[in-house]
Amino acid sequence: MKKLIEKYNDKLFNHGLTEKDAPLIGTLDAEIIWNKTNKTTNILEKLFKTLNINSIIFSEPAEPYRTIIEYLTKTSNEVIYPEDCETRTFLHELPCTKDFNIQTIANILKERKSLIIPGHGIITFGTVSPEQAFVTFSSVCFAIYVKFFSDYLEHKKHKIISNEEKKTFNKVASMINPYPVFSFSLMQGPFNKKKVYKAMDEAGKIIVKSRLVDSYFGNISYLIDNIIYISQTGSSLDELSGYIDPCPIDNSSCAGITASSELSAHKQIYLDTENRAILHGHPKFSVILSMDCDQRDICKYKNQCHIKCPYGRFVNDIPIVPGEVGTGPYGLYKTMPPAIKGKRGVIVYGHGVFTACKKDFNEAFKNLLSIEKMCKQEYFRRTNI
Amino acid sequence: MFGWQGKILKIDLSSKKYHILTPDISILQKYIGGKGLAGYYLKDYITLNWHDPDMPLILLTGPLVNTLSPTSGRMTVMSKSPLTGTIGDSSVGGSFGFSLKKAGFDGIIITGKSFNLCGIEINDDNIKFTDALSLKGLKTNEINNLIKNKGSTAVVGPAAENGVLFSNIVIDNHYFAGRNGLGLLFPSKGLKYITVKGTGKTKTYDKESLKKARQDIFRLTFASPVLMGELGISNFGTAALYDLIDNRRMMPTDNFRKTRFNNACLMNAYTYKKKFNPKKGGCLGCHILCKYITEDGLSIPEFETMSHFSALINNNNISVVMEANKICNEIGMDTISAGATIACYIEISNKKLSGSDITSLLKKIGYAKGIGNELGKGAFRFAESKGKPESAITVKKMELPAYDPRGALGMALAYATSTRGGCHLRSYPISHEILRKPVSTDRFTFKGKARIIKIQEDLNAIIDSLTACKFIFFAASLEEFSKVYTSVTGIESSAQDLLKAGERIYYNEKIMNSLNGFTKKDDDLPSCFFKYPGTSGNNIDIPPIRRTEFIKTLENYYKIRGIDINGMPTKEKARELELE
Repeated sequence: MKKLIEKYNDKLFNHGLTEKDAPLIGTLDAEIIWNKTNKTTNILEKLFKTLNINSIIFSEPAEPYRTIIEYLTKTSNEVIYPEDCETRTFLHELPCTKDFNIQTIANILKERKSLIIPGHGIITFGTVSPEQAFVTFSSVCFAIYVKFFSDYLEHKKHKIISNEEKKTFNKVASMINPYPVFSFSLMQGPFNKKKVYKAMDEAGKIIVKSRLVDSYFGNISYLIDNIIYISQTGSSLDELSGYIDPCPIDNSSCAGITASSELSAHKQIYLDTENRAILHGHPKFSVILSMDCDQRDICKYKNQCHIKCPYGRFVNDIPIVPGEVGTGPYGLYKTMPPAIKGKRGVIVYGHGVFTACKKDFNEAFKNLLSIEKMCKQEYFRRTNI
Repeated sequence: MFGWQGKILKIDLSSKKYHILTPDISILQKYIGGKGLAGYYLKDYITLNWHDPDMPLILLTGPLVNTLSPTSGRMTVMSKSPLTGTIGDSSVGGSFGFSLKKAGFDGIIITGKSFNLCGIEINDDNIKFTDALSLKGLKTNEINNLIKNKGSTAVVGPAAENGVLFSNIVIDNHYFAGRNGLGLLFPSKGLKYITVKGTGKTKTYDKESLKKARQDIFRLTFASPVLMGELGISNFGTAALYDLIDNRRMMPTDNFRKTRFNNACLMNAYTYKKKFNPKKGGCLGCHILCKYITEDGLSIPEFETMSHFSALINNNNISVVMEANKICNEIGMDTISAGATIACYIEISNKKLSGSDITSLLKKIGYAKGIGNELGKGAFRFAESKGKPESAITVKKMELPAYDPRGALGMALAYATSTRGGCHLRSYPISHEILRKPVSTDRFTFKGKARIIKIQEDLNAIIDSLTACKFIFFAASLEEFSKVYTSVTGIESSAQDLLKAGERIYYNEKIMNSLNGFTKKDDDLPSCFFKYPGTSGNNIDIPPIRRTEFIKTLENYYKIRGIDINGMPTKEKARELELE
């Protein structure tokens, strides 16, 4: 367990979610192990006694998340309701409390996966592994980031920006790191069965390094001889070695039952186009911009935008489509593949970006990055109304 | 009352009389329903022989059954296990639970013994006892055809009548309350079948809130590749696991002497689908629908059955697997135990069985003919009688299912600690060790597994009490299901509150087993897993399990579970869980 604690301590920092060595990470099997002890660990140990869990992460997030949290908790009472796909599907809502009291904390964590305590940090837990706590921590950061920038744009349009919101926005905007310049080359395709794993591993790592996906979401695939090589469900794109499933396109083997939940969407792209490489990330400004709609207040599908948006919306040349994760009646496997034909990529409402290309991951990555840069630029253009 | 009907039908078959139990709401809140409530009613009788007329046979639903809650069509059957002597229970699907609730009952408790073979027919509050002598010796499908117009059905076949210790109760012809030999409880009470039909409803406290919680769960299930993905169980049934378990080199082969079956790729779920063209179906109240049935009305085997009737007994013919499955279902025998017992027989007799040998042997077991009479007592008793106990791959005398524990060490611990013997479903660590849900764990380490297994046992205990389907928890969690529970019953609850109830329910089973003399020595695996490696290859090493690590992890589990070093429940923990 010590190795897992160290791993997630490093990941939290490397993903820009916390300051170095800021997190308290504890795991419990027969005995509790902490990465470090202080007066807070004594308090949090009571959580292990109260809740049937096996791991806890508690940390102040790094900037700009810290500033965003301080602002949102001031204005959202006891619960924050982000509208992005990750929150809608996995977190539902983000409870907050100003009361750093163990009973209050336990009562809230009895019901939800995370708790935000302004001035103190975010607490998340796992019942199987500290990985769960890490994934939730990362998702909370993603969700509040998307909500803050989405709300600001909405408020700006309706001219209801407060001084404090403006001040916070300026502060947070000044802390956004620029996206990297894609001045290098990924492995050249087409790939054979031996090389594809290395090529996918390389592409996965660069997506994470470029902050085009958070936590354990996003996926990647490549088609060779009617076999789709695709990242496994819940795999971290920067740790794909050993976590790629080969799935025959005719479903003649179910060994890939652990494949990404977007296998059907990837498959449909391969069946409909000549593409053989697909990337899917969750770049933040693409997600934020996908939820900015002028028709929102008058639309008969208000509050159902993510599944029923009736408008053919675009950010410049990039289509925005509704659709949910997986294979349900509103699954994005129905909406996204038709939209990607002849396009650099597609943004799925509140969710992320898909890009596809014919040879290798170079063009797909270049498009993923350029779409996000374009969306960021467009976001700031729109906020300067 | 919301959720529960508040009425349990208690039948004494000796007198053919019945009365209604009305459990206090505090009991319902404490034990929830299904497995939990059944355990509450069983506890006082658990030291009796399983065939004692006073031993209750309990069929209980939960508060979510017959509501809009997802996967709410299940119920628990519980008594003392004839096979293991432990508490015996089985969660079973179909429509029986739904129908029982519609008839106005949360469950049925049956005691006594009918002088003549009888049936019980429930039609709302009209309870009828029938003469079932004419059904004696008939197969389960034949009986079902005769009585299916009377509602949902629970029947036993010739295996139960002939004393097979792994007899099933067959629900609606295609669903099985299996593993622990609970089918034997029917003839021990002079009972052949039960039918139930009802017209009532189950009240829901807050329908809007239930719809919202249901949508949240649907969204999660559709996002789950294991459940609803192209290659998931909704599209292929549980047979979808066959390729994966082979791929991970943990498919029990040749009576667990190997962990890789060379012909697996020719006998997978896709092959069955192509060859038999089955149609999708499933339990009432479920949207996953993992049951596949052919035009001829035959069930496509579940994963465990596919694996044990192929790899475990070295059979390369899928038609033989289909036929073996058909025979077991019609005679009313557990397929896992049947397959594993035949594997044990093959090893001891050193024979290679043809397809017809296999099907013939299954019939001999079901009708207790010749060697079948000996094999019907299960692998443990058969191997012991031949002086070859090491050939029985069992825990607490129950045959192990189709996950070799050398390929998933959490599974190794879970087999040992299961309260009903060698069972994969008590904790189902395959979800995280193989299927990556809720996240993946390292399958080749015991580190952290003691607490994980304990938590997952508590989780599955509450799932079987609500009663919902364990499969849906590959996607959803108690976070969502606690909202469902509160919406249905009106009782404020949380994920952790329900998990605490699960802990109480599971500990109650540990207490019952201890009353029958089960101790640490019973929480163990067959020695072969500690002595011999599995079939390594393809960069996957399957070494023997290190016994010292296993013992250490078991001791950690006891500490976490609140059990003493001898594997016995403690008064302090029982008091803490309000079990005294």
